Amino acid sequence: MIKRVPTLIAGTVLVFATIWAAFPLFWMTSMSFMPEAEANAFPARLLPVDPTLDNYAELFAYQHMGRYVLNSLFVACLATALSLAFNVTAGYAFAKLRFKGREKLFQALLAALVIPGQLTMLPLFFLLKNLHLLNTYVGVVVPFMSSLFGIFLVRQYALSLPDEMLQAARVDGASEWQVFRRIVLPNLRPIMVTLGVFTFLAAWNDFLWPLIVLSDDAYYTLPLAIAALSQEHLQDQGLMMAGATVTIAPVLILFILLQRHYVRGLLSGSVKG
Amino acid sequence: MSYDLRAFVKHLSPGHVFVAPALLILFVFFLAPVAGAFVMSFTDFDIYALADLKNLSFIGLDNYISLLGSPLFWKAFGNTAYFALVGTPLSIALSLGLAMALNTPGVGLKPVFRTVLFGPYVATLVAAAIIWRYMLDFHFGWVNRGLGVVGVPPIDWLGDPHWSMPAIILFAVWKNFGYNMLILLAALQKIPDELYESARVDGAGPWSRFLHVTLPGVAPVLWMVALLTVAGYFQLFAEPYVMTQGGPAQSTFSLLFYMYQDGFKYWNLGHASATAFILFAILIGISFIRNRSQEAFA
Repeated sequence: MIKRVPTLIAGTVLVFATIWAAFPLFWMTSMSFMPEAEANAFPARLLPVDPTLDNYAELFAYQHMGRYVLNSLFVACLATALSLAFNVTAGYAFAKLRFKGREKLFQALLAALVIPGQLTMLPLFFLLKNLHLLNTYVGVVVPFMSSLFGIFLVRQYALSLPDEMLQAARVDGASEWQVFRRIVLPNLRPIMVTLGVFTFLAAWNDFLWPLIVLSDDAYYTLPLAIAALSQEHLQDQGLMMAGATVTIAPVLILFILLQRHYVRGLLSGSVKG
Repeated sequence: MSYDLRAFVKHLSPGHVFVAPALLILFVFFLAPVAGAFVMSFTDFDIYALADLKNLSFIGLDNYISLLGSPLFWKAFGNTAYFALVGTPLSIALSLGLAMALNTPGVGLKPVFRTVLFGPYVATLVAAAIIWRYMLDFHFGWVNRGLGVVGVPPIDWLGDPHWSMPAIILFAVWKNFGYNMLILLAALQKIPDELYESARVDGAGPWSRFLHVTLPGVAPVLWMVALLTVAGYFQLFAEPYVMTQGGPAQSTFSLLFYMYQDGFKYWNLGHASATAFILFAILIGISFIRNRSQEAFA
């Protein structure tokens, strides 16, 4: 009987908290299917009486939503691919290869963790302007290419690879690159998924840096596009909610599918990069 | 020259080759810009310098002096500190409470609760901020409707300068609690059950067990996530940008908002770099506390 009371309280708290956490997202989805009159009705409605796809049709037909979805998708995929290429090689080397200056370099990177990305934005803008990378996809992904967080994440995981396994391949005459390709990469797959999900979500959700780099709306990612849309169409609530749904749904689905990998990164790092 | 280069390359081990690309990128796009920002903050870098660096001159500490004498800067600083120092305890308390609920034995459906509770953290910030503009709407929003049920008169959340920051804090807590909740849950799971058992045998009630077993058990992690959250909250930007544009009456104007507007709207890049460095100094201060306290806990 004593054990039941805390369980009951905890269960109740969780039910209410879950409703509170999910409600705005639920309402967003529900309202995105409401015709204009229902979405703007007072008092606000919870569910559409006469559901419609009009808001989505309007977004894709007249607000270039398709273009923005592709922009976001491309930016997030490019960021993920580059981040994997640079961080996995470096993270593995810091964990398993001996080279001169390794410890000092690593300490320096650790110290650099406190530097916030925003500090680099003003000079980086000037640099990208001179490299003619403003208003390009590459310009948007620059901060994601190589990250301290990514290097640490991979290094932490790679430390657990057994040295004997790598040594055996070397004895068999494999070059370092072959060892990396054939032995290391397959064994690092779980952490690569983790890093990939993190980078994809971060690039998809990013706002301030794309806002600085992209002034031409042909290159807008979804967050920029819906922020701009909200300045003109705030009264059009169904339309805005459809835009928010298009932006949020892909990352939520990705998270639900790859949750296990995401949480591993969250717990192993606890450092934000 | 090429001969030297060859000798140099031969001297490199495979490890160097593996880390070189990442380090090169970090150097060009991260560390060099940091140094650049530092130099910039002592110059009058503006739109003319952006076109031609010949128009640049060093002005010593003038940017810092002008910032520290500017009411707008102090307004932004005060707002950001308000957001960070009020938002963090609320956010951490909620994270800890829900982590404890999730750690209670006998509660069913835990994976479902955990996933849904983490949802807001994954959701795109800008899109979530748009939803919350409607949630917080004076006439139409669910927050005021909910308050009406318990007899609280409607609040003009985003239109009243006294309520705009609490509204943004409410949103930020909803958006962020999931992250710390999962970290704290992992810490709670590491506290051995025997500690709770022996406390119970000693006649400790739930509150006393919380104070003497749970809190000490998660204290180092709790302190770490609190400081990381403060540091993160000092970087407030997108929430006011989307929900209030820094208003009303600049009540949600933040340091980073100031840097953005100063640098990228009015093109005072030198002046804005000084703001960025002051923000950096604050974050360094916070991480210094963290390092010192980690030693204390260890």
